[in-house]
Amino acid sequence: MDFFDPHIHVASRTTDDLALMAKMGCVVVGEPAFWMGYDRGGVNSFHDYFRQLTEWEPKRCAAAGIEHYAWMGLNAKEAENVGFAREVIAELPAFLERPNVLGVGEIGLHKCTRNEVTTLLGLIDAALASSQMMLFHTPHLEDKYKGTRMILDVLADDRRVDPARVCIDHCEEHTIRLALESGYWAGVTLYPTTKATPERTADMVEMYGPERLLVNSSADWGPSNPLAVPEFIATMRRRGHPDSLIRRLVYENPLAWFRQSEHFRFAPARAT
Amino acid sequence: MANAATSGVLDREFLPLRARLIDLAAALDRIDRASGLPAADPRREQIAHGLAVLNSPEPNRAEAVLAAFSLPYDPEWRAKTPRG
Ligand SMILES: [Zn+2]
Repeated sequence: MDFFDPHIHVASRTTDDLALMAKMGCVVVGEPAFWMGYDRGGVNSFHDYFRQLTEWEPKRCAAAGIEHYAWMGLNAKEAENVGFAREVIAELPAFLERPNVLGVGEIGLHKCTRNEVTTLLGLIDAALASSQMMLFHTPHLEDKYKGTRMILDVLADDRRVDPARVCIDHCEEHTIRLALESGYWAGVTLYPTTKATPERTADMVEMYGPERLLVNSSADWGPSNPLAVPEFIATMRRRGHPDSLIRRLVYENPLAWFRQSEHFRFAPARAT
Repeated sequence: MANAATSGVLDREFLPLRARLIDLAAALDRIDRASGLPAADPRREQIAHGLAVLNSPEPNRAEAVLAAFSLPYDPEWRAKTPRG
């Protein structure tokens, strides 16, 4: 079955991973800017990283037969230094115009500090100033519930926000309802230990239905699985769900989500 | 949305569930056997809370376990986290 992985950090994966993903049916990936595992030393590092996501990774993916799209942003892990963050935010407008960029992401909160909120407000403002879609990273573990509520509060405060153009990502059982009820897209991440499993994701589909639900691997430089979406497909089939429902979750939903960006130009090669 | 294979759920879940319960029991035994752990570690309370949720007849246990391991949300956070 053809599928999208709407959130994966391709820059941290090997070319072999991309070839395997393509063999399993991956046709499109979305790569949000994020933390590389260490704090970058200066704005130039971000500039180069944004170039990597808009110039080099699309080529590497295309060689495997996968279309690559990117999101430009500053992860909450590097949002604490507000002055530095402001310099990075100033770099964004030029990159947001690049042809494979869908919007601003992944942005959000990590430890939910005052400085993180200040930087987040700056990022949201930069996004809305040019009517960009936004992809939100919600915190890990014990911070997730509180951080998700705070992000939703910040969004509710801003009248310019169109929930249909916002995705609240890394939702779990205690946060998914909050995102869906407010009209946002909800991302569920298949990631070991700290996020959801294929079985729990299938549970959430059974409880909340497929509307505005996205499933992703968020595979990165840590222990994670670039074939997590196909694993989810297999789990859904094992549980007896029809291919029409599975396809909606892994193909039609991300297609509808990405299509809201004028930069998205994917045209299905096969009539499926 | 109903589970598409309701009749097979117990068949499918029984052995993996049994295995995970044994894993869980063994991990708790391991913690008990370790010497010198502070009895008042707040994580022990979270674990106890999580186990109580597993044994409860209420639905949405996964959500309740996640809640047991979550920091509280304060709706007044803006006043306490002023905009910089
Ligand atoms: Zn990510």
